Amino acid sequence: MLKNFFPKKILSINNHTINTLIILMIFIILLGLAYSLFISPEDYIQGDSVRIMYVHVPSSFIALGIFAIIGTGSIFNLIFKIKIMPLITKSLAPTGTIFTLISIVTGSLWGKPTWGIWWVWDARLTSMLILFFFYLAYLLTWRFIKNFEKANKISSIIGIIGLINLPIIKYSVDWWSTLHQSSSITLTSAPTIHHTMLVPLLIMLVGMIVYSLIVFLMKYKTELIKFKLNKNNR
Amino acid sequence: MFNKRVKSRIFFLSSLIFIAGLIIFFTLKSLEDNVVYFFSPTEIKNKSNISFNKKIRIGGLVKTGSINKEGNIINFIITDLKNEIIVSYTGLVPNLFSEGKGVVAEGKLNDKKYFIANKILAKHDENYMPPEVSEALEKSN
Repeated sequence: MLKNFFPKKILSINNHTINTLIILMIFIILLGLAYSLFISPEDYIQGDSVRIMYVHVPSSFIALGIFAIIGTGSIFNLIFKIKIMPLITKSLAPTGTIFTLISIVTGSLWGKPTWGIWWVWDARLTSMLILFFFYLAYLLTWRFIKNFEKANKISSIIGIIGLINLPIIKYSVDWWSTLHQSSSITLTSAPTIHHTMLVPLLIMLVGMIVYSLIVFLMKYKTELIKFKLNKNNR
Repeated sequence: MFNKRVKSRIFFLSSLIFIAGLIIFFTLKSLEDNVVYFFSPTEIKNKSNISFNKKIRIGGLVKTGSINKEGNIINFIITDLKNEIIVSYTGLVPNLFSEGKGVVAEGKLNDKKYFIANKILAKHDENYMPPEVSEALEKSN
């Protein structure tokens, strides 16, 4: 499967493929938004303010998921020194950062009408903010360290240490008392979201994943070209 | 694939992650009182090192039938179904604050049974459903 990331396959991705993906993404997001904003019901407690969930939750999933890939990739990078690995993680990082920011901002907008407050320093919110800082550190490392190998090493360490934060984020609502409620979608039990609300949530999630894929492919292709042209100071 | 250099890198990385994990674990453990966002009434009851002048947060459910408004002052009871604390608060409460629902009160303890809050937050659980489904569930119960 790793073969799919090799230069030959990626560099052959042309504008046509990207444009098809963009059209697919627009379609899915429009469907998701129609469902989220109009067709799905209001919540029995929160009323219409629940609709922020359809952006907040998928963003959070993707923010964590991308860092999990970056962290795991960093481990493989340091152990096996696979040349394309840092290019992959480098191409994912900006999207992950944006989705972390979206998660925090939409969460805050959701918190004010429901909890009564924009922000609290509970374990869930604080650890998400820490994730944002890890993403920033990762991006800044690649941006400001001119030597490729040095940036690679430092960013990989950042990715690996940040990996420890991920289970803390996920289980913060179970391990400690937090204002943020516990998980509605888990691997081990049935979702506590009614299906009329779960479906738009999943549609939005798929749409945002397609978006992440598009951005990743565009950035990764650029990184591969730069790498081949030896433009990154190795 | 797993030659000597790779093996030594694996070992170095695993030890690094393990030690970092230990450090974080013990840091969080020792900061536990600050990491939890609120205490339950039972935890307050069992707590030995309570200071009655420190800002503290108590969370639980608003006991049904306990909300009592006297002008600007709201009195109610926070329960975790095992223990209770009486809370007194002056000011506006969030929209979602209601009986039988989750609440977090921030303020100072007068004594182990009586709490003066200066901030009230509503806490909701992880269940999401349309109003009709909720009514149907209530009817069948």
